[in-house]
Amino acid sequence: MSDQPIIRIRDLKKSFGSKVVLDGANLDVWPGESVVVIGQSGVGKSVLIKCIIGILTPDSGTIEINGETITAAGFRHMNVIRRKFGMLFQYAALFDSLKVWENVGFGLAQHSNLKPPRIREVAEEKLQMVGLPGILDLMPSELSGGMRKRVGLARAIAMEPEIMLYDEPTTGLDPIRGDSINDLIIQLREELGVASITITHDMISAYKIADRISMLYKGKLIYTGTPDEIRSSDNPFVQQFIHGKAEGPIRDE
Amino acid sequence: MRIVSALNWVGTSTLSYLDEAGTTLILLIKVVRALFKRPFPLRLTTQQMEEVGVRSLPVVIITAIFTGAVLALQTYSGFKRFGAEGLTGTVVALSMTRELGPVLASIMVAGRVGSSMAAELGTMRVTEQIDALITMATDPIHYLVVPRFVAALIMLPFLVVFADLLGIIGGYVVAVKILGTSSTIYINRTLQYLEFSDISVGIVKAAVFGMIIALIGCQMGFYTEGGAEGVGRATTKAVVGASILILITNYFLTALMF
Repeated sequence: MSDQPIIRIRDLKKSFGSKVVLDGANLDVWPGESVVVIGQSGVGKSVLIKCIIGILTPDSGTIEINGETITAAGFRHMNVIRRKFGMLFQYAALFDSLKVWENVGFGLAQHSNLKPPRIREVAEEKLQMVGLPGILDLMPSELSGGMRKRVGLARAIAMEPEIMLYDEPTTGLDPIRGDSINDLIIQLREELGVASITITHDMISAYKIADRISMLYKGKLIYTGTPDEIRSSDNPFVQQFIHGKAEGPIRDE
Repeated sequence: MRIVSALNWVGTSTLSYLDEAGTTLILLIKVVRALFKRPFPLRLTTQQMEEVGVRSLPVVIITAIFTGAVLALQTYSGFKRFGAEGLTGTVVALSMTRELGPVLASIMVAGRVGSSMAAELGTMRVTEQIDALITMATDPIHYLVVPRFVAALIMLPFLVVFADLLGIIGGYVVAVKILGTSSTIYINRTLQYLEFSDISVGIVKAAVFGMIIALIGCQMGFYTEGGAEGVGRATTKAVVGASILILITNYFLTALMF
């Protein structure tokens, strides 16, 4: 590990109207590390990663990428920083007016001088990495949910990001397809050395892909540890969540 | 209590209208700024020009022909009461070019194109495609709104010229072929009193209405909240909002320019 985290989040706060979603979240992600943020649905996990990539602006607190504070960056500079990121959306968020290869090659078409034939080649390469060769000319509407996610993954890695953000990568997939997404996430980390933040409430997935797991509860990351530490933690909130019990200190509100 | 709640309602709805008007203005500023950002999204703009212009032609053609036709019918029978039915051509030409061409064509396009802009961008918003654009360091205003704005700004004047022409033809057919006015008189009276400014002001109006249609359509879509229901609401608001704004703006443009 290097001496500086690739992502450093300090005292991050974000509210929507009177609803406090993030209330002083702190997190470090080291280069090449896979951090999984767990928490109940609607607890603000998506808000956290949307703040990191600058879709949402936090009310206060700082986010540093490689030591650079992005919360103060202007729009233009933020776009330079964003190219270090790849993001996989919960429902893939493929552009449904574009073909598969145009989706995967979108970043290249926008930000490089590559010609379309070359972009197609790169797209095919990335699609092969996610196990979907030969679908370049399909439209997103012709794909199944699992395929859409893998195309979304291919699109996210097409620009060779340093950091990947995964928003509920296994949600909505059957356990087998979900596990193949887990394998892809692990493969990307091992082959490309990308750091990642994954948000999920799928504990099987979390145990499998995480170097460290952090639990978001009431706007704070209340416990962070390795999968083993999480399993043996005596924190009652963590225990209730990872074992999926209705009884416990966490109540429906 | 009822007075309080009535006042409350007036206050809240006023605030929400002002809020939306403010959002429109901010979006306009963002669009104008994004207009000058290189590279200009030429391919997307030509696609939209086809959508806004070419695909709207059938609707505009039918609207214009029948508007001109009914105008001729009414003018003829009304003006006949004081023996001025010879002026039918003039009335049709002036009404079409100054008011009905720009306003009716624009309202039809608002219904056809403004709604589809709102639905398309709204769907992109609720399925996180707009967020995906941002994560790929692409300005969604530049990529989505600028092409639609420019396309509507350019194509509406063309559509309106078409509407003017077809309205006059529709009037001609009714007055000459059905009501038996002399063709020469109709054409002479049309050309005699028609000034270039009648047409040019209509074209300027069309450009302004084009901007309104694209801006409101994109705004409603871009800031959609709440899933499929939200997209439906956005579409309705885009059509109603753009149509009302076109009618209001039309009055002030007329007052200002004629």
